[in-house]
Amino acid sequence: LALAEFHKKIKEAFEVFDHESNNTVDVREIGTIIRSLGCCPSEGELHDLLAEVEEEEPTGYIRYEKFLPVMTKVLQERRYRPIPEDVLLRAFEVLDSAKHGFLTKEELVKYMTEEGEPFSQEEMEEMLSAAIDPESNSINYKEYITMMVIDEN
Amino acid sequence: FKAATLIQRWYRRYVARLEMRRQCTWSIFQSIEYAGQQDQIKVRWNESGLPLALLSSPWAAKPRCSKGDFLDRMFTEERFHQDAEMEKYSDYESIEVPDSYTGPHLSFPLLPDHATALVEAFRLKQQLHARYVLNLLHETRKHLAQLPNINRLSTCYSEEITVCGDLHGQLDDLIFIFYKTHGKKILRTLQDVFCWLPLATLVDEKVLILHGGVSNRTDLELLAKLNRHKIVSTLRYKMRKENEKQAEEKRKANQTSSAQAPTPWFLPQSRSLPSSPFHLRSDKAHKTSRSSSIPCGAPLERKESSWQVQHSVGLELERCQQQAAFPVILEKEEPLLLTSKADDVAGERPEPTREEWKQVVDILWSDPMTQEGCKANTVRGGGCYFGPDVTEQLLQKYNLQLLIRSHECKPEGYEFCHNRKVLTIFSASNYYEVGSNRGAYVKLGPSLSPHIVQYQANKATHMLTMRQRQDISMNDFRKKKLQISRVEESALRALREKLFAHSSDLLDEFKKHDADKTGLITLNDWAAAVESVLHLGLPWRMLWSQLVNTSMDNALEYRSWLEDLAKEQLSHENIQSSLLETLYRNRSNLETIFRIIDSDHSGFISLDEFRQTWKLFSSHMNIDITDDCICDLARSIDFNKDGHIDINEFLEAFRLVEQSCSEGQASDCPQSTNANDSDCNSSGAP
Repeated sequence: LALAEFHKKIKEAFEVFDHESNNTVDVREIGTIIRSLGCCPSEGELHDLLAEVEEEEPTGYIRYEKFLPVMTKVLQERRYRPIPEDVLLRAFEVLDSAKHGFLTKEELVKYMTEEGEPFSQEEMEEMLSAAIDPESNSINYKEYITMMVIDEN
Repeated sequence: FKAATLIQRWYRRYVARLEMRRQCTWSIFQSIEYAGQQDQIKVRWNESGLPLALLSSPWAAKPRCSKGDFLDRMFTEERFHQDAEMEKYSDYESIEVPDSYTGPHLSFPLLPDHATALVEAFRLKQQLHARYVLNLLHETRKHLAQLPNINRLSTCYSEEITVCGDLHGQLDDLIFIFYKTHGKKILRTLQDVFCWLPLATLVDEKVLILHGGVSNRTDLELLAKLNRHKIVSTLRYKMRKENEKQAEEKRKANQTSSAQAPTPWFLPQSRSLPSSPFHLRSDKAHKTSRSSSIPCGAPLERKESSWQVQHSVGLELERCQQQAAFPVILEKEEPLLLTSKADDVAGERPEPTREEWKQVVDILWSDPMTQEGCKANTVRGGGCYFGPDVTEQLLQKYNLQLLIRSHECKPEGYEFCHNRKVLTIFSASNYYEVGSNRGAYVKLGPSLSPHIVQYQANKATHMLTMRQRQDISMNDFRKKKLQISRVEESALRALREKLFAHSSDLLDEFKKHDADKTGLITLNDWAAAVESVLHLGLPWRMLWSQLVNTSMDNALEYRSWLEDLAKEQLSHENIQSSLLETLYRNRSNLETIFRIIDSDHSGFISLDEFRQTWKLFSSHMNIDITDDCICDLARSIDFNKDGHIDINEFLEAFRLVEQSCSEGQASDCPQSTNANDSDCNSSGAP
């Protein structure tokens, strides 16, 4: 039964963050859980999901009983699919309007912190530390993507 | 801008997955650590049948998640039981310091200048002579013993107080340095020092510092009035009569226990026993009621009770020897040592009451939880889980504002909980593995607001090979990634070892799920089977891809998987390195090991003796060693190639292993074979 499989997967991911073994997780970990289940929601989509699983009076915790049905539907409907490598590459190419094959640090920072769903300072620093080639102060995005993808697998 | 959003979305997912991996790795280490603690108890109960509780001390060095554990315990026990005379062990005056000694000299009382000089000396990598170590420990114990149970400190004297959490220092290293002559003494004295640490400390009557936690019945007044000698004396070696008397009492207690309602810290169904948190077995445990589900209820065999005079190690050893078809040579019985110290003579000191004992166990073993209430601590087997309401209750009762404790490893070295009323501080960085966590300590000034300092030991970099050192010079995020994967690798390796150790049980379980005998098992069934055998509560489905190598999406040929596991564990280097690793971990008792192997007491170990001993060890480690492996190992130790190993060669092998491990250079073992090399590479922990 595919349903049972989904349930087991969801339960496992949930339990990793259920430190007290009382079927609740900190609301701040929900994003991590959902993403590690194979989904790639945007921040806005994540907020919507959260609204569905939170209590009427938000407690800071999410209960498994509320999470399970919502997450099951997400998996069944195959929502928030991960982004294929080539789509990602094209996204970078769009930002690289001059078609250099790389983005400067300033360009990347501008896009990531001013456009779309902006990065926090911390997120930006983290991304830079891995992506930027310190010598040229730029990011060769093709190489970067390749490196990250290999890393994941 | 859609493109930007896409990239951000993707990136956040990447980070989330890293976080998940990190958390899984942490779970693996933690569950193996706690399971290991329970395993020890199970093992001791099942195999020896003796009513000895052996929970590791909350202060003990971390249980290593590998097969060496059992032997570890075995040899550790022997250290403590051989001598019950405290005087003998704190006798440092008779130790001569040679003129050639260039390290620091200590005299007592220790002045601040001396202490500073001592720290400086260590920084310059000087060593402290055994005499001074013992002296220091002796003075420390003297000092601690006259402190009240609940120590009171004030910031107006010292302006700033530093609170440290668990350090989990490597006692083995300490003993290794002194093993031949003074190691035992030092360890014994150190043990005693721990016994005398105050139960709790109060700073400015506002901040309570203790080791584990509290329960809903924690009574500071009772603890303050507790006679420490009562608790401490239960650690000392008991005479035979006392053992038997208590065994008898325990049997009686067993029969009457079923009527009693379980208390928060006692677990009728747990395999682990509420027992002395101190490292030694506690005869105390027998007094408490226990359910009959714990497998110690079996009546003692006559033969075994005669061995109760000696410690369980002796018994265990004999059984092992018999198993390995060793000719059993009855060791001369250790004379029962009657100590001159009054508190060592059993029966003369009143035992702590059950209530007193529970209070102490709670303080030492409890952990906080987010739920309200107070329930038994199933993981530790002693103490309880206490909720924010319990904390609040306690703080109000005694007019306190903060509770500081240790006992649990935290990734950042510290963690607040219970509305910032409880602070966990853990000072052993890289506890599980290089890069696994930071350490931290707390500074308290007159305002009593905690100021936390974090750190992470970097000496680990000394242990890395050149290639790894290069990697470390990369930037932070990459470093973090590298650390995650290295720590993860280490966790997965430990997990695979555990899986291998349960191969036969796993095979049985898999077969149950394979009624049609296809040889295949699905992911779900595999996860269920593995959990039912290992009981680690890990996210197996998530770990599937990292533990299982299969071309099929959802199915596994389980037999060949188990075979692959075996091959990995039994690989030539792996065997040699794990055997050597085991020996190395027990190097503090090298003399004992040597004596054990040298069954005809000739002073030399023949190949035959060597082989038989490894059979003995390996049967406990659940590995099968081929004769070839053993011969290779023996030959690599037999330096002068005369077909025998004498004690010098034996020790030299370990000196080389130790040296190369501490210098992180595999090439530094001139006479070592790949055995030593792979040992160095595999021992990742500092």
